[in-house]
Amino acid sequence: MNLIILVWNYLKARPLNTAINIILLALGIAVIAILLLFNRQLEEKITDNARGIDLVVGAKGSPLQLILCNIFHIDFPTGNIKLAEAERIARNRLVKKAIPLALGDSYQSYRIVGTNQAYADLYKATLAQGAWWKKDLDVTIGANVAALAGLKLGDAFASAHGLTEGGHDHEEHKYVVTGIMAPTNSVLDNLILTNIESIWVMHEEHGDENADETHEAVHDVQPTASFKPSPLIPSIAAGDSVKEVTSVLIQYRSPMGAIQLPRLVNSQSSLQAASPAFETARLFSILGVGVEILMGFAYVLIVISGLSIFIALYNSLKERRYDMAIMRSMGASRSRLLISILLEGGLLTLFGSAVGLALGHGVLMLLAGMVEETQKAGITGMVFYTQEWIILVGSLLLGLLCALIPAIQAYRTDISRVLAGN
Amino acid sequence: MITVSNLSFNYTTSAAIRFPEIEVNAGEHCLLLGESGSGKTTLLHLMGGLLRGYSGSVKLDNTELSQLSETALDRFRGRHVGFVFQKNHLISALSVRKNLAMSPYLAGLPVDQQRIVQVLDDLGLEGKADHRVTELSHGQAQRVAIARAVLNKPSIIFADEPTSALDDTNCDRVIRLLIDAASQNNATLVVATHDHRLKNKITRQIQLR
Repeated sequence: MNLIILVWNYLKARPLNTAINIILLALGIAVIAILLLFNRQLEEKITDNARGIDLVVGAKGSPLQLILCNIFHIDFPTGNIKLAEAERIARNRLVKKAIPLALGDSYQSYRIVGTNQAYADLYKATLAQGAWWKKDLDVTIGANVAALAGLKLGDAFASAHGLTEGGHDHEEHKYVVTGIMAPTNSVLDNLILTNIESIWVMHEEHGDENADETHEAVHDVQPTASFKPSPLIPSIAAGDSVKEVTSVLIQYRSPMGAIQLPRLVNSQSSLQAASPAFETARLFSILGVGVEILMGFAYVLIVISGLSIFIALYNSLKERRYDMAIMRSMGASRSRLLISILLEGGLLTLFGSAVGLALGHGVLMLLAGMVEETQKAGITGMVFYTQEWIILVGSLLLGLLCALIPAIQAYRTDISRVLAGN
Repeated sequence: MITVSNLSFNYTTSAAIRFPEIEVNAGEHCLLLGESGSGKTTLLHLMGGLLRGYSGSVKLDNTELSQLSETALDRFRGRHVGFVFQKNHLISALSVRKNLAMSPYLAGLPVDQQRIVQVLDDLGLEGKADHRVTELSHGQAQRVAIARAVLNKPSIIFADEPTSALDDTNCDRVIRLLIDAASQNNATLVVATHDHRLKNKITRQIQLR
């Protein structure tokens, strides 16, 4: 026999009351847990994916679109920019590193990115199997692409135009998988990497079919004595006036870059620079409204459950006045009664928040299992944050707070009056 | 065992109630008689340490109750005193066994399951240990209350109107059980009542006016 058993039996004696209190609190806590887990993971992914990229330079359009397209690969390109113009930016002394990207095609909605090795290095990617792409039309694929699209080493596939399945297929040329990357827990897991020349090869045909596009055939450029390679794509001569890329990812040499480069780029009529940090902050402030409304809703649920626990304890205490008095007559001290009531409130909220956290993780696990997008974004229910301890401790405090007034009443029980006053 | 001298108690508004000198020896059984309002319950609560703030002297086992701190008094009460009230006041959320176990637990004594079974047997409650108290009849509940009062082998058992709501047969049975239980445990028994049916059961009688 101890106080926990006593309190447990009191909770068991009123199953409906106990259940509704636990469910109310659990719902509130679950919403908070889901928001916490989802938001934190999303934020981590976003900062991870944008790490090392200070500026994205691309065609004019929405800066947010530029970021979503070129860093997170979830939006369409704003257009193309001339390679020569990109080179001018890349040669700026404030630029430490410039990585060209050529986008446009996909396979089973996994984006094909024409780039160079520096892009894979940005995410510290390593190979799980095979080798990095070397020749045109060689591809190295991300871990998720291999797992979800079912591509293996040596597989050949035709890409589709755009980012959705069922677009125009480039049947004339097929990519060949030469390597599979180990999971990086970044956007790279969902990408198919190749060189920029491959993208040009694909669209050369494409351009011939559609007369309105003005792509020129790719020549095999033979290095000659006078050949000066482009700083972005070594196989092409510097200052090539025809070749285009989608964007260039820039890393600054010094903080001065952050002040000068965006202005420099934006002043050129055909180019636009967007800062990932700024745009993602803007994105979060837009999303934040929805998150705050949900949070507010969760807090309302928690306050209601607190109130419900208070009322339940307060009412049950009226029925238990005799229990209190009789326990005192058997030797229980005032403080022991106080503790037993506090324990009851604390136990209720502890149960509630434990169920709530489990529910939150469960829902997210279910979501990750059922919705491919969540899986692609790398969001799981299996991570635990220290904030969850704060939620547990916080709800325990809530329980103690709700139980405080009833507990003080129990403390003040006048045993003689209760026992005599039948 | 119980010594009451010069005792009076003040409820805040009404005048002080004065109580006669009382001396009850160890193992003695005694009846506290008086009409409603004569202060029987008050005296019983004072002697049982349920009510404090009296003037005069109440000694149990040579301990002056007013000299104990509140917590010490709680502890003393748990170990030396057993109570039986008119209403049984069993804790309805607990089983019979757990109701009984509360008694040693709250008194800070080890819980002896064998003793619980033995006391239940003595009171004709074999096999009822794991029943819910709400499943018991009134008479059975009363016996559980008596079992709870004697479980810790207290030196004194106070009973407040244990029979006033019972018919003659049950009245007879309950007082017999109380007397037997007290004798078996060598406990002093004090029964406060206005029930005249008890007058021929216990010879030592104290009349309050």
